Amino acid sequence: MRLIYLDHNATTPVRPEVLEAMLPYLREHYGNASSLHTFGRTARKAVEEARGRLAHLIHAEPDDLVFTGCGSEADSMALKGVAFANRRHGSHLVTTNVEHQAVLDTCRYLAERFGFEVTYLPVDAAGLLRLDDLRQALRPDTILVSIMHANNEVGVIQPLDACADVVRDFSQQIGRRVYLHSDCVQSLGKLPIDVRRLDVDLLTFSGHKLYAPKGVGALYVREATVMDALINGGHQELNRRGGTENVAGIVALGAACALAEAEMGAEARRLAALRDRLEAGILGAIPEARVNGDAAPRLPNTLNLSIAGVDGESLLINLDLEGIAVSTGSACSSGSVEPSHVLRAMGVDKEYIRGSVRLSLGHGTSAADVDATLEVMTRVVERMRQLSPQWEDARALR
Amino acid sequence: MLTDEVLYHFKNPQHQGSIEDAEIVASVVNPACGDTLKVYVKLDGDRITDAKYKIYGCAAAVAASSVVTGMLIGKTLSEIESIKREQVSDALGGLSPTHAHTAVLAEDAVKAILRTQREKS
Ligand code: FES
Repeated sequence: MRLIYLDHNATTPVRPEVLEAMLPYLREHYGNASSLHTFGRTARKAVEEARGRLAHLIHAEPDDLVFTGCGSEADSMALKGVAFANRRHGSHLVTTNVEHQAVLDTCRYLAERFGFEVTYLPVDAAGLLRLDDLRQALRPDTILVSIMHANNEVGVIQPLDACADVVRDFSQQIGRRVYLHSDCVQSLGKLPIDVRRLDVDLLTFSGHKLYAPKGVGALYVREATVMDALINGGHQELNRRGGTENVAGIVALGAACALAEAEMGAEARRLAALRDRLEAGILGAIPEARVNGDAAPRLPNTLNLSIAGVDGESLLINLDLEGIAVSTGSACSSGSVEPSHVLRAMGVDKEYIRGSVRLSLGHGTSAADVDATLEVMTRVVERMRQLSPQWEDARALR
Repeated sequence: MLTDEVLYHFKNPQHQGSIEDAEIVASVVNPACGDTLKVYVKLDGDRITDAKYKIYGCAAAVAASSVVTGMLIGKTLSEIESIKREQVSDALGGLSPTHAHTAVLAEDAVKAILRTQREKS
């Protein structure tokens, strides 16, 4: 059975070019980047080259980039680091209720354990926050705003530029810079990010969403940002993140950034065309299916669908049995796992959250994959609906 | 996480579908999450000669439905009274707390079959 992987928002395969680039740093160039001998200097040079590649992709100064162990670490570092170092200015944070768990859970931790106050901005049915809500949430004791760039579940892209303007205007009013952080884990390499124009202070990146391996991430920290380190223990990363650098992982991230920079425009168009074809095909073939997040600008590779009368988890496993890997926002609400907080925040009703699946395309996705997925999905949904008392009852009511 | 047994039953479902001339049709819903199980029972006197089900639910609910429906066939109505959630759970390799109430749904279906029959007579 040919396997079709449509879960690139969860993780991506390591691209062969990326693997090639990193392997020497697991084999012969195993030096510690802090060592002074040849082994160390070779590693150091590779780390700095990689830093330069990421910097180039987002038009940043290389020194403003800190490598981390993952995206969650970068989120955690941004939020905790700023919160702890700026307490004298206040203890209020602003974020949205569609953030990644790494941001939401860190906020909850800061609130519960350290008494920070957090405002969670709602989103509209399209998945977008309202600038007015942001404006109204800002207070003289606000120290940090965290707004994700593109949502992992529905792909919705927040108006980050406009948010930055709001935060900057407010900063001017109060005569202190309110820091703005954005989780860009899903957008890096898919959307242009330019920190010369985008007035943000902190950006989170992750390697494994970008065809580098798991275990490497990065945080962009604009110069003069006052923050604490999360991991103490060495002078690495200009004292901002202790711990021996994951040289091979960092090299891989750099290589992935170089590929992304070279391919981004064309690849985004290719993925959007495939995604649109899949979307149109499914909406045409499956009655009472809808797309979540299509009323807003979206990542080119992401398709979040709700299909009435079927359970998302069962659909996922049925597709898996046919060799197609997707993910779902449905989870049993009476169990320990909650259904998608993103779809709930968008006001999607229960039955449609239950029937939600996310298909996220990537570099390896071909037109043949899309067509095969469409065929299998139509067949599987049809079969599941025939067996669904829910679907039968809904039909009877019409 | 899904147990191997749940996955096995999900992959090899038995008795799915409906029975046109079923003597008993019983429907139960898990109020917490909306999982819905509908069971069709064919009787010969007091004995269940065939049973089928329709399900709207998660993978564990599908597996539990499959297992409990299988338990019905060949038994008399009074015999199925002893079918409890524990047996369903055991047949699925012991359900995690998240999925435990899929066995409750299965047990509820058995109760609903008996109730429906009582109401009829
Ligand atoms: S989703 Fe709640 S038991 Fe299946």
